[in-house]
Amino acid sequence: MRLFSLAGRNMKEIYRDPISLILGIGMPVLLILLFTSIGKGAPVDIFMVDMLVPAVAIFSFGFLIMFSATLLVKDRQSAFLTRLLAAPLTSSDFILAYILPFIPFALLQIAASMVAGVALGMSFTSGTFYSLAILIPVAVICIGIGMVLGSLFTENQVAAAGSIIIVVISLFSGAWMDLEMVGGIFEKIGYILPFAHAVDASRAVINGAQLSAVSDKLYWIVSYLVVFICAGILSFWWKTKR
Amino acid sequence: MSGMDIDKKLAVRTEGLTKQFGKNRLAVDNLDLDIKKGEIFSLLGPNGAGKTTTIKMLCCLLKPTGGTARIMGLDILKNPAKIKQIINVSPQETAVAPHLSVLENLVLVGQIYGLSGREAKRRAYRLIELMSLNERLRDPANKLSGGLLRRLSIAMALISDPKVLFLDEPTLGLDPKSRKTLWSLIRYLRGKKTVLLTTHYLEEADALADRIAIIDQGRLVALGTSEELKRQLGGMQVMTVKADSLSPAAMKNLKKIYPQTAIADSHLIIKAEKLDFNKVVDLLRGEGVKINWLSMKEPTLDEIYLKITGRSRDNEII
Ligand SMILES: Nc1ncnc2c1ncn2[C@@H]1O[C@H](COP(=O)(O)OP(=O)(O)O)[C@@H](O)[C@H]1O
Ligand SMILES: [Mg+2]
Repeated sequence: MRLFSLAGRNMKEIYRDPISLILGIGMPVLLILLFTSIGKGAPVDIFMVDMLVPAVAIFSFGFLIMFSATLLVKDRQSAFLTRLLAAPLTSSDFILAYILPFIPFALLQIAASMVAGVALGMSFTSGTFYSLAILIPVAVICIGIGMVLGSLFTENQVAAAGSIIIVVISLFSGAWMDLEMVGGIFEKIGYILPFAHAVDASRAVINGAQLSAVSDKLYWIVSYLVVFICAGILSFWWKTKR
Repeated sequence: MSGMDIDKKLAVRTEGLTKQFGKNRLAVDNLDLDIKKGEIFSLLGPNGAGKTTTIKMLCCLLKPTGGTARIMGLDILKNPAKIKQIINVSPQETAVAPHLSVLENLVLVGQIYGLSGREAKRRAYRLIELMSLNERLRDPANKLSGGLLRRLSIAMALISDPKVLFLDEPTLGLDPKSRKTLWSLIRYLRGKKTVLLTTHYLEEADALADRIAIIDQGRLVALGTSEELKRQLGGMQVMTVKADSLSPAAMKNLKKIYPQTAIADSHLIIKAEKLDFNKVVDLLRGEGVKINWLSMKEPTLDEIYLKITGRSRDNEII
């Protein structure tokens, strides 16, 4: 009950902020519209709608980092967190309340990208659903990164670090360019980070591959998931321990 | 009185409570305080005196580096979980959820303290009434003015019906009118709740507190009721007289009784720890002095505060 009250509050805090709706949900739709229309003039693989949708969804999770970090850092700096920490809540109440509300938000982001994609001619198959098994863990990685930033940084630092990470995701995820074609350091770093694996895997699954065919990429993603959830929990715990 | 009996009367007892940050920043230094049940107790001190640090330790948010404290008989080192159920705090910063309405903020805190949604709502409406927030009930908190935010913040701390309420600088940065309103609301709590209120405004401690502890650089420097402090610490009563035909003889006789008698701005000013109004008037009349106007001022905590902390609060950067 206590957990759900706090999680509910955090949810309202996100959904009532027009910026988060515009950036988090409006932006991916806009990008899909934009790139598919570019793709019509210059037929490149990455601008095909079924290639574009998973890439845009993953790119839009960058904003999740921003939103979850901002919520936490604002609560820290306004001492709202002090009020909560003085209340009889457990550590797991806190951690879950700052993670769970972002999952439906990520689902909305995915849904927005997919609806825009289907409207522009993406086929809707069982692979569309299977891609959730890749996209949701990536969203949770981003929430974990957000918790780390929100626990350790100030509001300005969060804004700066968040923007940098969004740039990193767009450069190294292979969302807007084929990493194998670029090669070199881009390809190396890209495939050390989880985002390019996620973009590749979800593109494959949406285009008919089985999840088992991308299992090595899935393991890579899940490892990052574990690391960042732990890092998020640890930094929150470290910052709020008495 | 045995230890048990003392504990029954006390809401808070600190024993050598100490907090050191890093190697050499002693924020709270060996603090011994007793706060009685139902009392409004003020921790008064300039910025950096250690007020917030003290509150954080008592709320089990910071671990003391020395000593301990008991809240309603429970040790802050051993029983933080139990203590958290029976206290609540309105932090120095406003600490509200910006996108939630006044009502939602209150219900949220109620539920976090384990109330059912219904009970939280019932209490929320009562507190909204008490704090005169009715008209703003559905407004998001980020649309409220400073004064209303403070009222909301205090209402949020009251909704769990805590046995001990901590208010950290409840009127910091408010305009005089909002401050007066908040004072009357806090006064309403007198006798109903144990309140530990910190402030660096002297008049606030003077106006609200049953007892005042003055702290400076983490140390307790004076303790008592406002009256006791004024007496203990030698505050002066001051009489100002505007008079015609004041003779040197009258001045001389007056100085015999009250050595600190002087003329300033063509007013006769008499200072003493205890002034006898009739004695002064009789003496002046006896000397044929015509009194046109007269005022008498009680000693203020201001002088005492200045004396103790060695600096004026006007110089502080808030
Ligand atoms: N987390 C901290 N780390 C280091 N020093 C601190 C910390 N919190 C407070 N202090 C220092 O402890 C002293 C007391 O601070 P504080 O309790 O906030 O004073 P007050 O609330 O009376 O203004 C100040 O010198 C302050 O700089
Ligand atoms: Mg303070």
